[in-house]
Amino acid sequence: MKSSAATHVAPQHRAPQPDDPAGARLLSGWYATGAPATLADHLRRHGPAPVAPAPGSRTSMSLVEAVEAAGLTGRGGAGFPTARKLRAVAERGGRTVVVVNAMESEPASRKDQFLLAVEPHLVLDGAVLAAIAVGADTVHVCLPRTRTAQYRQLSAALDERRRARLDPVRLHAHALPHAYVSSESTSLVRWLNGGPARPQGSPPRTHERGVARRPTLVHNVETLAHLALIARHGPGWFRQTGTPDEPGTTLVTASGAVATRGVLEVALGTPLAAVLDRAGGPTQPLRAVLLGGFAGAWLPAEHMQTPLTRRDLAPLGAAPGAGVLAVLPHSACGLTETARILAYLAAHSARQCGPCHLGLPAVAEDFAALAAGRADPDLLSRLHRRTGLLPDRGACRHPDGAARLAASALRAFADDVDRHLAHGACPAAGHRSPLIPVPPATAPETWR
Amino acid sequence: MTPAKALRVDRIACTGQGMCGELLPELIDLDEWGYPVIKDRSVPDGLRTHARRAAAACPLLALHLDARRT
Ligand code: SF4
Ligand code: SF4
Repeated sequence: MKSSAATHVAPQHRAPQPDDPAGARLLSGWYATGAPATLADHLRRHGPAPVAPAPGSRTSMSLVEAVEAAGLTGRGGAGFPTARKLRAVAERGGRTVVVVNAMESEPASRKDQFLLAVEPHLVLDGAVLAAIAVGADTVHVCLPRTRTAQYRQLSAALDERRRARLDPVRLHAHALPHAYVSSESTSLVRWLNGGPARPQGSPPRTHERGVARRPTLVHNVETLAHLALIARHGPGWFRQTGTPDEPGTTLVTASGAVATRGVLEVALGTPLAAVLDRAGGPTQPLRAVLLGGFAGAWLPAEHMQTPLTRRDLAPLGAAPGAGVLAVLPHSACGLTETARILAYLAAHSARQCGPCHLGLPAVAEDFAALAAGRADPDLLSRLHRRTGLLPDRGACRHPDGAARLAASALRAFADDVDRHLAHGACPAAGHRSPLIPVPPATAPETWR
Repeated sequence: MTPAKALRVDRIACTGQGMCGELLPELIDLDEWGYPVIKDRSVPDGLRTHARRAAAACPLLALHLDARRT
């Protein structure tokens, strides 16, 4: 049975080449069958999760060690070492809590939705294994309220597990308000505690005091699925692909002007051009890619041989981020696309911190004026000053991401900026449908 | 010797009236909207009293002097 959620997020898929052992780990079942895995499929394919008998036992400690030896990092954007997070919570002791971050609020990303749709039990295995490793008795899975089909599917998967008496911990599904910043780990914790799904800036940190004042581990969907595979196959297997510094595979959402839009699994370290080839290649001459997501960076075409790793992308001011790769062709206007994304990000500020609440709309407005060819003489210097002042000035990283995107657009499309300043908007700016679908730039209706 | 101190602004609590920037201009600039821009988080010994006074004067108790992480 094909689920509507799975077909919705990945209308087409493309299996990796047979000589590419890296391309099929999380998605091997999907590549083989094209169908979401039921619990029976999952158990047949992967076997039962190696669940330790009691919290804090030696078996569970070895999972943290295995994850550390594997070198798994968070696949949510920040890239923090997963073992360090596990340890920080485990070492606090007492009853702890695990939160599965399935919010995926990044509009250009589909990978977590897709993975949860096609391999729900791999994700849930990971959450349960993590719970046992850190001494948690409860797992909260947080989904956006807007994805009702996905919520139904997840509830069905949880029922299946309950009937099979698979898990020694309790699992609960929650439907949260869906703003861009609601996927911040502190937003999830605040909402689970009865508050608004808005980021919480100040200490204590989530791993010190989170849900119900207990030490709380928050991981996203993809990270937990990798963890579930490491628990079965060990760190040596995990390191068979990727780079020594950044091992393993990662999910990428390819969009824009590529032949096959959708979710791919690639080895870390794969050159960007090779990732695009896996997505069928660009459909038009490529000008730049938006890498990482709305809080990511534009990378001009000449950098397409760069390997997809944090280390190789950092000197270019970019990062794999949420695994978003959106292709901008020559016929599109990067300034217009950026202006629309910035308007969306400005509308989705949680309006708690002045620099973000006032700074983002100001930057977005100037960008809209620049894209439309209505710039005043001070616009460019004002934009540079403000994007320089935004990072590190909010309770969360929202303004940092928006500033990074704006600054990268000014760099990547410097020629266009000059042209727009001197002659007004280029014909491409107004005369085509948007390349990157951006949700309406309206403020979230509710945070609760 | 007292341990080194570091400035931190609680961004959610701060409403940007800029008092801190006036009391501690050596370490705090204000942006065009009156919100603090910390030039240097670490508080030199000579400015410790000033910094403590600025933190105490913040009407929203949004400016903090933390023990410095190394
Ligand atoms: S930085 Fe922006 S999005 Fe983040 S908490 Fe502050 S106002 Fe909200
Ligand atoms: S005095 Fe307090 S509230 Fe006012 S700007 Fe400084 S930190 Fe913010």
